[in-house]
Order: sequence, then structure tokens, then C-alpha cells
Amino acid sequence: MRTTIRAALAGLVTSTCMLSAAYAEDIKGGLLLPYSGVYAALGQDIDDAFALGLETFGADSGATFEIVREDDEVKPPVGLAKTKKLILQDEVDVMVGVVSSGVLGAIRDTVDGAGVPLIVANAGNDEATGEACSPYITRISFSNSQINRPMGQWLVDQGVKKVFTIAPDYAAGRQMIDAFTTAFTAAGGEVVDQEWPAFQKTQDFGPYLANAKASGADAVYVFFAGGEAISFVKQYDSFGLKAEMPLYGSGFLTSQLYVEAEGPAAEGVITALHYVPTLDNPENAAFVEAFKAKTGRIPSEYAVQGYDSARALVEAVKAGATDRETLAAALPKVAVTGPRGELRIDPATNNIVQPIHVYETVAGPEGLTQKVLATLPAEADPVNGCAMPAATN
Amino acid sequence: MTTDIGFWVLQTLNALQLSMLLFLLSVGLTVIFGLMHFVNLAHGSLYAFGAYIAATLAGTLGYWGGFLLAPLAVAALGAVLYFTLIRSQRRAGPMAQVLITFGLIFVAVDATRLVWGDLPIGIAVPELFEGQLALLGVEYPIYRLFIIALGLAVLGVLTLILTRTQIGAMIRAGVDNDQMAACLGINVERMFFLVFVVGCALAGLAGAVAAPVLSVTPDMGLQILIPTLIVIVIGGLGSLKGAVAGSLIFGFVQTFGAVILPTLSPVLIYALLAAVLVTRPQGLLPAKG
Repeated sequence: MRTTIRAALAGLVTSTCMLSAAYAEDIKGGLLLPYSGVYAALGQDIDDAFALGLETFGADSGATFEIVREDDEVKPPVGLAKTKKLILQDEVDVMVGVVSSGVLGAIRDTVDGAGVPLIVANAGNDEATGEACSPYITRISFSNSQINRPMGQWLVDQGVKKVFTIAPDYAAGRQMIDAFTTAFTAAGGEVVDQEWPAFQKTQDFGPYLANAKASGADAVYVFFAGGEAISFVKQYDSFGLKAEMPLYGSGFLTSQLYVEAEGPAAEGVITALHYVPTLDNPENAAFVEAFKAKTGRIPSEYAVQGYDSARALVEAVKAGATDRETLAAALPKVAVTGPRGELRIDPATNNIVQPIHVYETVAGPEGLTQKVLATLPAEADPVNGCAMPAATN
Repeated sequence: MTTDIGFWVLQTLNALQLSMLLFLLSVGLTVIFGLMHFVNLAHGSLYAFGAYIAATLAGTLGYWGGFLLAPLAVAALGAVLYFTLIRSQRRAGPMAQVLITFGLIFVAVDATRLVWGDLPIGIAVPELFEGQLALLGVEYPIYRLFIIALGLAVLGVLTLILTRTQIGAMIRAGVDNDQMAACLGINVERMFFLVFVVGCALAGLAGAVAAPVLSVTPDMGLQILIPTLIVIVIGGLGSLKGAVAGSLIFGFVQTFGAVILPTLSPVLIYALLAAVLVTRPQGLLPAKG
């Protein structure tokens, strides 16, 4: 992964764009993703879809895109070293990627100081577009609270009055659940009790499930991702809780990536996310088909983030951006309609504004799939202490 | 908190189930240590390997195929490890052993990534044990009851072997004083090999049993290692009774800590570990000698 590769598509783009060579630009992008470590599968999804996005949209921009790939290994110090390499040695015009919020926190000051625009393709920490916001950092993925906040009102509307929450005890877990409970209590709901099992140290959720059962709540609202999500969903079902207390949560719980491993235990779980592959719109149909043809997999929410990152970059170039400075100025102005629906960037925080989709995991003819129950309108996050300075350098 | 009896029954069963899973893991590790004075930090990786084998075979042979073959496969891997690394390092001292087996953990994690990929795998509970059973006024998952029963069965068999058979007497003699045992005509080397392989098989069994409850991930071996080490340090290195006591203490402290003192629960077990190390450095029920 350390090798610099010129994307094969760049050649294709060049050859088809000879006619418009008058204003052809060469944009050099640095893709910083985990290609090894616990999030390697997520990095691969983003990488594949980013390449697909450049293939799909790059041609009409008149520019050629050269992509340098670096592996952050999900380690903040490694991510920082690779960022410095991309900025100083490769002299990239723009950076794309970052799955872990820890890595984003580590590279934030370097990116901001060097004035290199960064398109965040996953890391959801609220602070990155709050207190730590930067005119050079544009988030095209999601923020932790954005996904969970709309579920507060929605659950109350469904007649759920009392919930019990469970989430791992770390920054993302706290942000996801706090955003939900704030909205839920504001809408008139009651949070009966909360559990915060130790992050990545808890594999057996039996004790917490027994607590939830005894709490007298109408429903359980959780955030878990990856292996913990699989364990949790299966154990929730094994205790027979699904029938008496419906399980709700942040949509990563039953993500397309993990739902097969969860099996029938995931059926009937209702969660909210910014993307599911079954969204019914022509942009998504085209994306799902192209992604399947390219990789043989159904795209996950991570894939769509990679795809839209490429799209945002192309749109910025189309708007006339050619270097770090102009890209940084153009990226927050990008507004497109993509597989997720209508997307725009909030100029106050540089965070994405997007609709949130409530979906139920149901059994389909080809295994488990997502049935969209409601699409909640796009809402910009509160500024969370972000005082956006003008880009200067 | 609640006064409902059913709630406490449920949590007690949860504690027992966690204890039994830890017992399957720690008993092999502790007997290997007691007999061979060998610290095998890669024990958790053998557990992960067992889980992956079970998850892979579940697709073709069904759950029970994996359940039976995973311990055998892990035992075979243990035999390979024994002849390539363990035997030559037996007299090398704890530092070399810790370094080698610690390195093995990372080799194992990346090897599982290469073979099985990064995405966690999940397998279904066997049909026989699907659903819940009404027991003492609560509905408890049958599969978890099976884990408790299996742990007790293994405990019973091991106790019988260690206390009532000749090979058990030889192992106990070896734990007490291996040089003296060798002088009395016991083939200590062969006994070491046998105990090591059986310990590995039990780790593989634990992995196969855990696979339907937990998700199978490359780092599951690393995650289980610390609890297992805590169990054998609290219980006392090298003793079967210690492994039982340590597992029960860990299971109950972990479960009821999460219920009664949720904010303190992650620290409780470490505080207990520290207390045991200060007051009884040899553990609560150490092997004699």
C-alpha cells in the first residue's frame, strides 16, 4: 500500500479529455485510510468507492486525478507521519480519508496549519466540526450526534416513552447516545437508565441485558459497531428480549457490513443511519449497480462516503478550484444530490447536512436487507463552539 | 437495582456462564504453567483459532462438526508449537518465553486476518439449543446453560483424572517436583507434551463454544488473554482448584460489579487482583510445592 500508484483511470480520463485540455488541471490527492488494522475492511470500502466516484464523475471535470495512497494503520502517530509525508514530500493538493476519530484528532493541526484541504470520509467525532473546526476540514461523512438526534423525536412519535440506553464507554459512544437522549427527553420521553460497558473489553452483554429487562423500559436504544455490534445483537435476541422490548439504535448496529454475521437475530431491529443500500432513488440505483459490478459487494455506508468524497472533489474542481487554496474554498460550497439524497455543507461548521434514514432490518430473498421506514429531514448540527476562521495562507 | 428474585437468578447464571468459559481457558494455561513452568501468552490466540475453525466448519459440517474438530485442530497446532518453539525454550527462563509467546500473538492476529479477513464472523447457535428455558422463574438462553453444563462436565472429568488415575498422580507429582518425578521413573517430557496438547485442545474448545455467543474477530484472543491471566493469578498458578476459584471470582465480580457498581465495575477486578497480589502473592489456592 505504500507504493504510489497513478490511478489507472487517470490515463483514461486524460485520453478522453484531450479536447478540453485547454484548462486541464492535474490534481494530486492523498488518500489516508486504514489498509491494515481493525478498520481495514472499512478503509477498503471507502477506497474502492472513491476510485469508482473518480471514474464516474472525474471525466467531466476536465482535470486528471493522481492519487497517492497511505496506510494510517488506525494509529494516530502513524496517521500524523503519513500526513506529513503526503503534505511535504508528495505535495498533494488535497487529502481524503480518515476513518478513526483518533487519527483525525492527531492530524487536525498539521492539516490546518499547512492549509491543505481535507475531505473527511468517515471519522464522526462531533468536535471535528465543532470546537476543533477548520476552514480546511470538510466532512462529507456524518457526525456522531447528527445520526442519533432525529431518532429522539421519531421514537416519541412512535409511542415509545421510556428507553434504556447501552453504549460502549468512549467518546463516540457518549456522543451518539447523548445526542439521542437530549432530543428524546426534549420530545417528552424518559430515559429510565443508562449502561456504559467498557469499550472493547466487554464481549458478554448478559449482565447489561438483564438490567435492561428489569428496568421496565418500553425499548432499548444502543450504539455498537463492528464485532461488538454482532455480539450485542445476537445476545439481545438469545435472551428473548426482542419480543418484549424492541431494539432501536444508531444504524451502525445493523450495518450492511455486519448484518450477515448477525443473522436472524438482527431481524426487526430498527435503527437510523445516513445511508442504506436499499434507498430508492436513481442515483443510489446507479451507485449500487456500479459498486457491485466493480467489487462484487453491496455498498456499505462507508462506501457511499468514499464515493461522495470523490464526487465532492470533482465538483470543487468543476467550480474552478486548482490548488490547495481554491480547493479549500470550493469544497464547503459543494451541494449535490447523490445516493444518500440531497447533500450540502454547512458553512458554519463545514459539516455535511443530509437526511437521516430510519430503517428496519428484514429478511429478503437474498438474505437480510434494509426496509426504509422513514426519511427524516436534513438538519445542520449546532455549531458546538465552532468559530470558523477564514482560510488564510 | 431490584428486589425481584428472578433478576438475581438471571445475573447469577450470567456470572456462572462467564466463569465456566474462563475456566475452560484458564485451566489449560494454569496446568501448563504449574507443570512446565512455562508462560504461554499465546494461549488466547489458540482460543481465537478454535473459534475461527468452528466458525468455518459450521458452514459445511454444522455446529457440532466444528465443536468436535476445533479442539482437535487446535491440539494439532499445539503439538506443532510444542516441537518447534516450546520444547527448546522450556529452560530458557520466563523472559524469553514471554517474549516469544507474546510475539506469537501478533503473528496469530495477522495470520487470522490474512486467512479469514478483517470483518467479524458470526455463527448461529445450534438448533438443539435455540431459544430459552424457564428455570427458577426466569427465561434463560439454553445455549448459555449448555456452556455452564459443559464447564462443569470438563471440571468433573479433569478432577477425576487428576485425583483418581495414575496419569493424574504423575501430573500432580510433576507439578510438585518435576525432577523428583523424573527420578522416580516418570517420563516427564512425554507428560509435558500431553498436558500442553490437552491444554491447547481446551482453549480450542472454549473458542468453539464462545463462537455462537460472541463475534469471532482477529483480536478476540488478545481480548480474552488479560481476564485469563487475572483468573490464574488470583486462583494460584498451577492449580486446578485455583483455576475454578479464580474463574468464579472473576465471573461474579465482573457480572455483579456491572450490576451493583456500574461506574466502578471496570476497575473492581483489577483492584481485587492487586489486593490478592499484596496479601497472598502465591494466589488463593496455589498448587503445592
